[in-house]
Amino acid sequence: MNWFLSLPEIVLALSGMGILLLGVVKRGDATQICSMLTIAALVLCAVLIVGNSFGPAFEGQFLADPISVFAKLLILAASAFSVLLSLDFNERAHIARFEFPVLVLFATLGMMMMVSAGNMMSLYLGLELQSLSIYVLAAFARDDLRSAEAGLKYFVLGALASGLLLYGISLVYGFSGSMDFVGIAHALADPASVSPGVIVGIVFVITGLAFKVAAVPFHMWTPDVYEGAPTPVTAFFGTAPKVAAMVLFARVMMGPFGHALGQWQTLIETISIASMILGALAAIGQTNIKRLMAYSSIGHMGYVLIGIACGNAAGLRSVLIYLAVYVFMFLGTFAVILAMRRRGEAVETIADLAGLGRNDPALALAMTVFMFSMAGIPPLSGFFGKLYVFLAAVQSGLWGLAVIGVLTSVVGAFYYLRIIKVMYFDEPGSAFDRRAPSLSVVAAATGIFTTFFFLLPAPVLNAAQAAAKVLFG
Amino acid sequence: MITMIAFYVFAAILVASAALVVSARNPVHSVLFLILAFFNAAGLFLLNGAEFLAMILVIVYVGAVAVLFLFVVMMLDVNFVELREGVQRYAPIGAMVGLVLFVELLMVIGGWRFAPAMPTLRAAPTQTNVQNTAALGDALYTHNVLLFQLAGLVLLVAMIGAIVLTLRDRSVSRRQVIARQIARSADLSLEMVPMALNAGTPATSFRRPLPEPVAHEASAAHHGAVHHGEEH
Repeated sequence: MNWFLSLPEIVLALSGMGILLLGVVKRGDATQICSMLTIAALVLCAVLIVGNSFGPAFEGQFLADPISVFAKLLILAASAFSVLLSLDFNERAHIARFEFPVLVLFATLGMMMMVSAGNMMSLYLGLELQSLSIYVLAAFARDDLRSAEAGLKYFVLGALASGLLLYGISLVYGFSGSMDFVGIAHALADPASVSPGVIVGIVFVITGLAFKVAAVPFHMWTPDVYEGAPTPVTAFFGTAPKVAAMVLFARVMMGPFGHALGQWQTLIETISIASMILGALAAIGQTNIKRLMAYSSIGHMGYVLIGIACGNAAGLRSVLIYLAVYVFMFLGTFAVILAMRRRGEAVETIADLAGLGRNDPALALAMTVFMFSMAGIPPLSGFFGKLYVFLAAVQSGLWGLAVIGVLTSVVGAFYYLRIIKVMYFDEPGSAFDRRAPSLSVVAAATGIFTTFFFLLPAPVLNAAQAAAKVLFG
Repeated sequence: MITMIAFYVFAAILVASAALVVSARNPVHSVLFLILAFFNAAGLFLLNGAEFLAMILVIVYVGAVAVLFLFVVMMLDVNFVELREGVQRYAPIGAMVGLVLFVELLMVIGGWRFAPAMPTLRAAPTQTNVQNTAALGDALYTHNVLLFQLAGLVLLVAMIGAIVLTLRDRSVSRRQVIARQIARSADLSLEMVPMALNAGTPATSFRRPLPEPVAHEASAAHHGAVHHGEEH
């Protein structure tokens, strides 16, 4: 048993418990120090991951491979940025408590287990650890009715999705005789063994995972939860859990179920098309920017699902590249949204952005970069994400998906450009409050990544390429 | 022969008490039947040689969970008659959905292909020379230690979540602060009142205790307070 491969996870779990203990024991407000320690633990964990070797551990229940390393670094970055974003907001919203970073840390641990899962049971436990933590985070502003509603809604629907997923897992186990991904792939290698029972199981697994990534038609909870949850929590929801669930989705579909590609490909295509169309059309009428970002993220997940529908190395590579690009755009946008405060009150409507171009040119420039990138305008990073996804679709002969993807991104460009128009050409309102330094740091870091990705894309592309080789040798 | 009789006795009582759990009008009776069902299930486990599971079932489920249920049922005055009102209205649709699912499940199971070695595998799930408890320990702590620890973390998060969402450090709660009790002096609570013989008690002899010094109050706010910054 090679437990050393899971050293980063063990270190993270222990530091999580240590930070929790410190928060409980320390007199006075421990939020600041706990948040800083959490960020330090996440960075330490990233260093350990980079230095660790590859291989299966715990009898194949845990996999350390280039896919998991790619996803884990992305997840850790997203979590660390989210904690950074939460510092100022929580303080002003009077929800600054030391449990917040601890819950983010445990959610991160769950996500790391998800992307390292080599077995249906470790998949499920990782997913539950992540889900339980983020249900609580959604309701973290417990005196706010909308936040409590968001938490409850997320919890009830999430429990339902977990039930569906478990039912699917049990059917797959029953008909393939194995919990291990390798074992399932081995059992399904023979086309004759792909019985209706396995297919029903796969469909239920897809349903459960599609709920977790908020793909249409399992997206109903997304706008309400994103709008109701405290804004830094929304920034977290939109990034790290999406990466974890998508990478897990890709691994499960292309690994154990890879031989049954013909059975599930149409299903993923349908989900993908529906997500892209809904993401493009439903966002048009939104006035609340958090709701708009919820629909935007549904649309983005639709594009990522194109990569999964391809079911080959190019598809997996495009999924990973898109996720890397998406995380930084989304976090940057939320850094700007968090800076929207007038006289200490957070404002959330798109109209509140009016005149930002004159009041705060730097912030408006950052927002412009993120919006252009989300619309997929070259040479920003969002363009490359879409490019590789469409390329993979065309190479796999999925012309329909590529064409619909291009069309919906044209429609989607409308509402991204409208935000830019509001910022620069509408009558300016009163200026926002001075923004917190942490927000500027996050907006600048993600903005630089988004803008200059085209100059040095090689590290991300090579890492994604190496990851794709794991499943398609 | 005796095993057969024991099996049928345990199984029959188990099924009967399970049916009574859902049909009993009085919720307290339901919980008591549930305990009976647990005991008989433990008996069935024992017959199959799973002595550890039998013990755990009695200790954990009868000893803790069922008693907890009993407390909840008795303390929360839930009107079960009201809860059941919808049953008659929704029963036909519920039954229909259940029937459809059942038929679908049958169709799925129809395609089930069993492994050739299945009957022998089922008859001997563990090696005969390994004790039941030892086999479970081996599975939990050796082969699935990662999953076991993860499950522990899930429970930890559930606990943190429950505390975060519900615990409020109220200013009106009267918690015991031992330091304050010890620091209290006789001057604060005792007063000598001169009493005249055969004159009854004067009205002034009944006094409220003197208020505590304010400085104690402020420092006491930190004692045992797990959460900070809530009274905004």
